[in-house]
Amino acid sequence: MEWKHRSLIDLDTWSREEIEYLLENAKNMEDLLDRPIKKVPALRGKLVVNLFYEPSTRTRVSFELAEKFLSADVVNWSVSGSSSVKGETLRDTAWTLESMGADAVVIRHGAVGSAAYLKNKLKRSAVFNGGDGTHAHPTQALLDIYTAWKRLGHLDGKKMTIIGDIQHSRVARSNMIGFKTMGANVVLSGPPTLLPPDLESFGAVYEANPFEAVKEADIVYLLRIQKERQDEGLFPSLDEYFLTYGADERLIKAAAKEALIMHPGPVNRRVEIESAVADGPQSAILAQVRSGVAVRMALLYLCLGGAGKE
Amino acid sequence: MNADEMTRALKRLAHEILEKNRGGENCLLVGIQRRGVHLANRLKEYIKETESKKVPSGVLDITLYRDDLTLLHDQPVLHSTAIPVDISNKTVILVDDVIYTGRTTRAALDALMDLGRPSAVQLCVLIDRGHRELPIHPDFVGKSVPTSQDEVVEVRVNELDGVDEVVICQREEYRQ
Repeated sequence: MEWKHRSLIDLDTWSREEIEYLLENAKNMEDLLDRPIKKVPALRGKLVVNLFYEPSTRTRVSFELAEKFLSADVVNWSVSGSSSVKGETLRDTAWTLESMGADAVVIRHGAVGSAAYLKNKLKRSAVFNGGDGTHAHPTQALLDIYTAWKRLGHLDGKKMTIIGDIQHSRVARSNMIGFKTMGANVVLSGPPTLLPPDLESFGAVYEANPFEAVKEADIVYLLRIQKERQDEGLFPSLDEYFLTYGADERLIKAAAKEALIMHPGPVNRRVEIESAVADGPQSAILAQVRSGVAVRMALLYLCLGGAGKE
Repeated sequence: MNADEMTRALKRLAHEILEKNRGGENCLLVGIQRRGVHLANRLKEYIKETESKKVPSGVLDITLYRDDLTLLHDQPVLHSTAIPVDISNKTVILVDDVIYTGRTTRAALDALMDLGRPSAVQLCVLIDRGHRELPIHPDFVGKSVPTSQDEVVEVRVNELDGVDEVVICQREEYRQ
């Protein structure tokens, strides 16, 4: 297959064939994680900068591991103590990084469209979106797709139920796009105050009652609840959220037998999910973490190698 | 080379491997993805026929170790690496279809060393077509074929190509 992408801003520009090709590559990358020496020289000499304007541990560490396992040189440029505090614009930072010779920039930023903006401003560096505001988090979606695809064999006609704060969730948006591309049906549930107004444009169905929503679901996906949302008055209390939408054993029983339970992490126990479910046999939460490294390795390998693309 | 000639060459290679390694003691056959894998499987069969002994075998993908990854237009497809036993202190026999520049073998050696510390590594190829760019020399050769640089040697195996044969074509012809 001729791989045409050099950057990843969101999954809406990726075909099903392209996603599947990446998944196949990720499978072989995952094998590397079990070896005594996990490093391969594929990206030797490439410089990757992780540019994080928002705090993130798992996405950053996951990208960093993927970069290091492929032998790229890694620089972590985090906002605290860097020049953005001194007022440097994203554009100037971008040009600075490019002048330093960055082959790729992984960006996490609070503003919607920041990754696309960065890609526009950079002439030679590839850009990977590590999450831009409430817009997209495509590598999270890819690792979720990979985890479910590996466990279930395929995603055609599978039902995925996403529960939680849909409105503020870039994870939900990218997953809706990605899982639909792979042939799955997506149902949403959660407090009606946390629904985006443009729900229909994603082709997803909303069901207020979580027990109805998870009926026969093959994947139950729980979004992280940010505690700040409670202060904004969008839902009454964390306890009440747990009682209504939290994934306990009763709710999981309503889904398909052996349904996968997924969560992007970090988990708030007894808010989105009960410990017995999070640590239970159906939980794929730790598998997701492992998939993250493999999928990001495959992404970097496909996009950064080779000459003359885009 | 037709199917019969290929079988004869492989059988002879199996005997040579046994002879050099005292009956295949402590040996491990490792086929390089993709054609080398099938050739290694055949060698394993012939060794079993001859000595009624099972030599373990595995497969090695060297894609991530290539030295030309940044030069190629498209990223080559990854295949799996699966070696069922620990290679440390074993005599590893690398099996490939064609040796040309020697760069694949170099990559395979690096990949192998990341998996353990074999006591020795030997190289078995079906075709040696010359034009080495690195100081690498095979231990077992099915056939040496003088070629020119604008020719392509293609080994076809039944398992992947539906036919057993070795053909030499002009590069242009190959592109089509």
